[in-house]
Amino acid sequence: MSRQQISRRTALRSGAGVVAAGALSAPMVHAQGTGGSLRFAFWDHWVPGGNDALKKLCGEWGAKNNVNVSLDFINTTGNQLQLTSAAQFQSGNGHDGISLTPWDVGAYSDKLEPVDDVIGRLEAKYGTINPVAKFLAVHGGKWRGVPATSGTQNKPACVRYDLLQQHAGIDIRAMWPADNKRGPGADTWTWETFLKAAEACHKAGVPFGLPMGQFSDAVDWVGAMFLGHGAQITNAKGEPTVKGNDKLRQAIDYGVRLSKFLPADVWAWDDASNNRALISGKAALVFNPPSAWAVAKRDNIAVAEKCWTVPMPAGPAGRFIAYLPFTTGIWSFGKNKGAAKAMLEFLSQRESAELTTNTSGGYDIPPFASMTDFKIWETQNPPVGTIYNYPLKPHHEAKTSIAFDPAPPELAAQMYIQALNTKVIARVAQGGETIDQAMGWLEREINNMRRG
Amino acid sequence: MALDATTALAGRPMTPAGGGTLQRLARRRSTIAFLMTLPLIAVIAGLVVYPAGYAIYLATLNRRMTGFIGLGNFEILLESETFRMVIWQSCFFAVTAVILKALFGFWLASMLHHIPTKGQRIWRGMLLLPWVVPPALSTLGWWWMFDPSYSSINWVLTAIGGPAIPWLGEPWWARVSVILVNVWAGTPFFMIMYLAALKSVPDQLYEAAAIDGATGWQGLRYVTLPMMRNIISITVLFSLIVTFANYDIVRVLTNGGPRDLTHVFASYAFQVGILSGNIPRGAAVSLFMFPILAGIAFFVLRGVTQRNKEMA
Repeated sequence: MSRQQISRRTALRSGAGVVAAGALSAPMVHAQGTGGSLRFAFWDHWVPGGNDALKKLCGEWGAKNNVNVSLDFINTTGNQLQLTSAAQFQSGNGHDGISLTPWDVGAYSDKLEPVDDVIGRLEAKYGTINPVAKFLAVHGGKWRGVPATSGTQNKPACVRYDLLQQHAGIDIRAMWPADNKRGPGADTWTWETFLKAAEACHKAGVPFGLPMGQFSDAVDWVGAMFLGHGAQITNAKGEPTVKGNDKLRQAIDYGVRLSKFLPADVWAWDDASNNRALISGKAALVFNPPSAWAVAKRDNIAVAEKCWTVPMPAGPAGRFIAYLPFTTGIWSFGKNKGAAKAMLEFLSQRESAELTTNTSGGYDIPPFASMTDFKIWETQNPPVGTIYNYPLKPHHEAKTSIAFDPAPPELAAQMYIQALNTKVIARVAQGGETIDQAMGWLEREINNMRRG
Repeated sequence: MALDATTALAGRPMTPAGGGTLQRLARRRSTIAFLMTLPLIAVIAGLVVYPAGYAIYLATLNRRMTGFIGLGNFEILLESETFRMVIWQSCFFAVTAVILKALFGFWLASMLHHIPTKGQRIWRGMLLLPWVVPPALSTLGWWWMFDPSYSSINWVLTAIGGPAIPWLGEPWWARVSVILVNVWAGTPFFMIMYLAALKSVPDQLYEAAAIDGATGWQGLRYVTLPMMRNIISITVLFSLIVTFANYDIVRVLTNGGPRDLTHVFASYAFQVGILSGNIPRGAAVSLFMFPILAGIAFFVLRGVTQRNKEMA
């Protein structure tokens, strides 16, 4: 965890003005010179230097508004961020605002300050927010947090295009060029094609690095694969829809077949394992934001310059992209909620979002569809255009998705953390159960989680 | 001055009864002892008794902590296959690890006991190292050695023509890995306790046994082990409690995976209670250990007491 302190003395010394209300739609109602203080905990970025944008923006905002802003960056390794938010929720004490992982907004909505006023102004200016981000952030009819740019990520396929061409005969760059159009063969980029390519690369000794454990990278891509097959395991009320669900059966069967062509240890992989597999040159494809490519650019340029990001494959029910949105929540027990809202509104402005995305090398994705045209995604290299198709674009003909959608958040948070989707595949692939047995287990687990 | 004490005493005004009692109370050794241990009592009350009591209260609440459901959480847990497996895994892990630690600890203590005193200190120090290094750090080192992509152990194995082992990816190998790390870290504790116990066995007993024609094995069985029984019982009990409640090794090494097959009570309680946001259910998981450990402690300590009475 790192700390960035910007003192009021420093702000005054640099001759900053007082209350740049013109930069904000909502003026801060404070006595002059008494902006108060704010303490925020943000997610610690995977991308080296990725936190710098927030430090700069919050510093500028604090100086303009005479607010003493203090930042902590907490990473999700070992679930530290989740543990912090759980402890603060339970104790009713802590930061003024905190980055919340997708399902935590719902779990902690009782103590999160409604921010409908902020969202209303932002949507009036930039259009509607991503529907998945909205689904996760709205509870009891109110927005319980502001969907964030920093940390919000897609998990499309980061492909070693040379290996895929050599061993699977797929020219992935031609299929998905750095342009707003699909190339020849893009319609054939399906999960079945993916399976054949996985087999070919496995035989060549450069398998796909797809985690199948209990961490978010695994749960997210398997969740998108399930939805691509039309497989939902509960309805919106949380009632299991497992029994007689042929689409779920097909998705599980697909997962079992695919797992045969993955490294033997994928059941124990954490969120960094697939990055290491790509960076070491041992994997032909991973599902990941550009952080893996960014680290490869620093540590193993020979790998980085052969990477190309493309959408996830399409299934019978469509193409779904694993999407992991962070939401910044303001605790209702915070002491400076007005200032907190104003700062988050500032961070959501297009200029701020673009700085955030640029600083992270294109990793961070703003929650507005109107902001998927940042130049960084066109110019990042090597090679040029490598992450052009990273943010969701119209020609992908895809939707963003979150695993276990449309379950209610209290249930979904449990299913997500306990990785029910990867486990049900593992019970067949590794545990030797039949698909029926595994589905029976899944239904019993869901019913058990719903109780109490 | 009076001629006798009675006149003097009769003439002296009576001191108030309360002041005398208070002074006597303050001077009593038990009062002083109580006052000196008050900080420790406060720490234990604040960090052990209060959280335990609060956990019992939490375990009787529903998920949103808005209603009382009695033993409902325990009932729900027992109906979960995953939790029944956690019970079995915790018992298997604790019993296996403790037996191995006791055996290795005894073997090392015996070896050390027979080394000349001059060399013993160096060996004792080195062998204690796994126990004194913070467990989370040492487990991180082991995690790197077991890493799926960069395992140094597998590198050595493949270099000598052996197969690469999925240390953390295959369920039984993952269990072996967790037990291995626990045994590596915990054996020095047994070693040092048994070494002290071995040194306290009088040499005359061994001499007498040798005169009677006892072999080394018979000396071990009829002299050493009986003399060490109480120490063995206490160390096994202590280690069982600590191993049952182990969290850091599982959390760092496997996080309970694959497929929850290396979860123990503490790690599962964390996953259910904190990460999944179901704190009452997590509290119930952690409290499950208590009756099991209380039962084991009762029988072990009863045996120790009985042996002490026999020896007295």
